[in-house]
Amino acid sequence: MTAQALAQVLASGLLMGLIYALIAVGLSLIFGLMDVVNFAHGEFLMTAMYVAFGLVFLTSLDPVLLMPIVVAVLFGVGAVVYLGVVRFAMRAKANQGMVQIFATFGLATLLQGAAQYFLTPDYRSIGNSWLGGKTLELGGVFLPLPQIFGGLVSIAAFGGLYLLMSRTDFGKALEATREDQGAVALVGIDRNRVFTLGWGLGAALVGLAGAVLAIFYYIHPQVGATFGLIAYVTVALGGFGSVFGALVAGIIVGFVEALTAAILPPAMKSLGIYMLYLGVVFVRPSGLFGKL
Amino acid sequence: MTADALSPPRTAGMLPQRRKQLLTAAFVFAAVAASPFIVRDVYLQNVLILTLLYAAVSQSWNILGGYCGQISLGHALYFGIGAYATSVLFVSYGIVPWGGMLVGGVLSAAVALLLGYPCFRLKGHYFSIATIVIAEIGLLLIHNWDFVGGALGIQWPFGSDSWWTLQFARDKVPYVHLALGLLAVTWFVTFLIEGSRWGYWWRAVKDNPEAAESLGVEIFHSKMAAAAVSAFFTAVGGSFYASFLAYIDPESVMSFRFSLLFALPAVLGGIGTLWGPFVGAAILIPLTEITRSYLGGSGSGIDLIIYGGLIMVVSLAKPEGILSLFQRKPKREVRS
Repeated sequence: MTAQALAQVLASGLLMGLIYALIAVGLSLIFGLMDVVNFAHGEFLMTAMYVAFGLVFLTSLDPVLLMPIVVAVLFGVGAVVYLGVVRFAMRAKANQGMVQIFATFGLATLLQGAAQYFLTPDYRSIGNSWLGGKTLELGGVFLPLPQIFGGLVSIAAFGGLYLLMSRTDFGKALEATREDQGAVALVGIDRNRVFTLGWGLGAALVGLAGAVLAIFYYIHPQVGATFGLIAYVTVALGGFGSVFGALVAGIIVGFVEALTAAILPPAMKSLGIYMLYLGVVFVRPSGLFGKL
Repeated sequence: MTADALSPPRTAGMLPQRRKQLLTAAFVFAAVAASPFIVRDVYLQNVLILTLLYAAVSQSWNILGGYCGQISLGHALYFGIGAYATSVLFVSYGIVPWGGMLVGGVLSAAVALLLGYPCFRLKGHYFSIATIVIAEIGLLLIHNWDFVGGALGIQWPFGSDSWWTLQFARDKVPYVHLALGLLAVTWFVTFLIEGSRWGYWWRAVKDNPEAAESLGVEIFHSKMAAAAVSAFFTAVGGSFYASFLAYIDPESVMSFRFSLLFALPAVLGGIGTLWGPFVGAAILIPLTEITRSYLGGSGSGIDLIIYGGLIMVVSLAKPEGILSLFQRKPKREVRS
């Protein structure tokens, strides 16, 4: 591989990795908050992409301008899913872990079916973005503009998340609830409210990722399955519950995927990520930054 | 106290409840065996075959997931190993499916033991996700392995109906009996395990690993044994499925949805119980098959809506499974 080809692989990997990190961070956040894995995370992403598509279809505006609405809608979806499904799953007295998996997995199947039934299995794409089809050339390395935009949005989102967690009352309540669910009740924090907002925030983050991805990726009912699995691998690699871990793991996953795709046939591009994941958890069972 | 506290009660002969279970099983299985002679409709017989198959494989999953508490979401790997071993041995080497079944089962158990070494160190969600990833790796490799047909898969040759090659083109009834036989064997193995020392150990590992360990239960070996038995019978199910379809490709035997399809009947009916997988499959499989054929075929999505909604509602409303509706009093699991 020439130096230029390698630079191309690394640059593409970094940009995609930042988007993977953004997809995964909401999942990690919710897990850290309440020990629940949302098996419908990929379907949240799919929902966000369809919402973006629908808004563009209705308004004909540039998808970039519509991103805040997508994020707001997904915040609502997250809160409703917590209040309508997860809250009840957490009350189960028997088989708690199974109930969480299957309640959220059932929701995932339902969302996929609904997308197929109401929106047909057709592949769709958003064609009218100002960013669409444009490419930036930097010393022989070609970078598509939508991906650069996605990477920047991801960095901004992680920055914003850091500020939110460290500077606001909500962030402090979130952090306190993560650490000790029992004690926060004593100081007057409504745990249920923190969980609702936490789910809203987690879904809003994956909503942002979906809004970005919709600009340059095909939208179809199964799109969540692929990205969902990558998100679980990213979160497990970084360590469940670690926001910083999700960022680092996302970038690593992006690099490894780009390298695998350059070496092996395209159909095998996920092999590298999966092997890397197994390699890491077998040595460090809680991921790179997880608590052991 | 020692691990002896976690052993089956020492009594002469069989406990009355256990004898009742066996009689019930004999009655239920005899009724199912007679049913295809009464219900002649081929479509319904097909649904029955799939129901029995998923009940059997879900029972195999239940051995590891239900009794030992290790939530595997990658059992499609073992199913695929069974289906592929049987198909390759039969189509390329002329070895009858009965042999392929055994080879597939043993191979699958060996793979489960090999994977168990690193995987059983992982806890909770880390374990479940690792099983998904391993099955996905298996799927990718099979997809790109030309020796086993790659993405095109393997087509079985057309032969005359025979119990020797397990091919029945004209009549579905033998498949009903084969699937029933598989279910009866997995049920009986689970029955034996439930009453044996292993069964008590596995439930202890599931309920409270720390306490089990302090009593001298060898947790790691318990998990390994459960994984090997579970993988063996899952692979035998895959062998049956391959002979039933007479054509396999990677997606049709190893995709992620199979891993879920094996876990779901047990979850729906009641995990860690003898009849849970059967009850769950008897509800889930006819429901999905019939909605699929009457509501516009697969691809419309309505079957997924019903399926997903059902899983969600049952898992939230009845975490112990449907079977718990019929239990009069809580079962005592460990004598103290």
